[in-house]
Amino acid sequence: MTQPGTESWSEVPQGGTVLLPGSTERNLTGSWRTKLPIIDFDKCTHCMICWVMCPDSCFKTAEGTLQSVDLDHCKGCGICASECPVKCIEMVPEERD
Amino acid sequence: MVDTRERPVSDDAVEAAPSTAIAVNGGEAIAYALKQIEPEVVAAYPITPQTLIIEKFAEYCADGVVRTEYINVESEHAALSACVGASAAGARAITATAGPGLALMFEMLGVTSGMRLPIVMHLCTRALSAPLNILGDHSDAMAMRETGWVMLSGSSPQEAYDLALVAQTVAEHPDVMLPCANLVDGFMVTHAVERVDVLPDDVVRDYVGEYEPETSLLAEGSTATYGALDFRDYYFEHRRQQEAALYASQPVVEASLKRFGEISGRHHQILEPYRMDDAEVVLVFMGSAEGQAHAAVDAARAAGVKAGALRIRLLRPFPVDAIAEALSGARVVGVMDRAIGFGSAVNPLLADIKSALWSRTDRPLMKGFVYGLGGRVVTLGQLNQALGELVSAFESGEESTTTTYLGLREDPESAEVSS
Repeated sequence: MTQPGTESWSEVPQGGTVLLPGSTERNLTGSWRTKLPIIDFDKCTHCMICWVMCPDSCFKTAEGTLQSVDLDHCKGCGICASECPVKCIEMVPEERD
Repeated sequence: MVDTRERPVSDDAVEAAPSTAIAVNGGEAIAYALKQIEPEVVAAYPITPQTLIIEKFAEYCADGVVRTEYINVESEHAALSACVGASAAGARAITATAGPGLALMFEMLGVTSGMRLPIVMHLCTRALSAPLNILGDHSDAMAMRETGWVMLSGSSPQEAYDLALVAQTVAEHPDVMLPCANLVDGFMVTHAVERVDVLPDDVVRDYVGEYEPETSLLAEGSTATYGALDFRDYYFEHRRQQEAALYASQPVVEASLKRFGEISGRHHQILEPYRMDDAEVVLVFMGSAEGQAHAAVDAARAAGVKAGALRIRLLRPFPVDAIAEALSGARVVGVMDRAIGFGSAVNPLLADIKSALWSRTDRPLMKGFVYGLGGRVVTLGQLNQALGELVSAFESGEESTTTTYLGLREDPESAEVSS
């Protein structure tokens, strides 16, 4: 299969339609972020409200517990911090090179 | 007023279906076509002079004549947006608008063509405000030309009905998959009651067929995403592909018109020539000025001038080669614009015609006219005046680069300069 971004104009899907699911996996949008969610796991109750509310489905879970944040796709919107009932998520300004 | 007599069948329409003659205006003629097509979705907002179409179609919906989902929307932007959603979901979706309504749709015009959704729009051409004007001219259609739609233009209620069916087959053709507009002159066609021969329902259904897109949001097993972000790595390629599809639509239009001729006996072509065989002085125009143009040509012919007229039925994609061929014998060409291209080198239709003829070494003399803005009545006298100016150019061999405004109250001091 042709690699993304190398097809000629006659080969690309009609009208910009994305035909296969999961293309977001390789479309890394986390670079837009200016604030980083830091989770205090001592306070976290694993209620999963952050997992429900995150518009980019960034919260990684395993066996019913919250594990980490997918920083390749987290845009730092802060909805998780706002919604967290025990306020265990803090948005911290992120400095990058 | 239904006349169910069978029409006499001409030699070139041996297998044409028996049609029924009805007396309707152009708007109702289109509504009748919509009833026969029975699309899954119609979304439109009432606006003069288009309202005739959707109020009649809404009646068909309310009376249970059709099963179409009729979506009442809050604006034309929403009307076309609703059609975009329906079409992406796999439905056949149709809208209609006019002038300022088209202006409000403008964002979605490009979304529709860019997403390659075969939505059909019936555009009842109307002047753009301000000053506020509800009457007909081509300002809206000319502003739409660069948005990627196939654009067909008729001149009568009959043609409004015919092209409503043709537009459906063009838009949904697998080689095209682009939206298609059916241009109908506001009031002069939308509100003119004439005899319209309508085809039997089953013949129409067979002609337009079922809309079965290769992909859609609601297709079983579909994983397609529509309208995703398309950045610097793909947008250029998609735009080039869209352009190629629009050019590829011309042979599809020609084939659809030919097939329509076979079922109806009405043989439309992408250009409508009138007395063009040996014509040296030619008027080019689009839309409902046909009667006046033909009468002016007849008068000039009677006076010994080899005059002809050429009507543009396919505005986009602009049929460059066909126009160059049709005008190959012309020595003087006058182009009638029913819109002003503010600040442009020349007015819109003249610009297209000049571009189409530019590569010819024996280019004819060309001259621009503006007429009929804001519903200004188009008279035979105006068309006679236009042909008269073309004959003068033919005799003198000199090209006039000024625009003549037909039917305009000229400033007495500048009248001689501008004409």
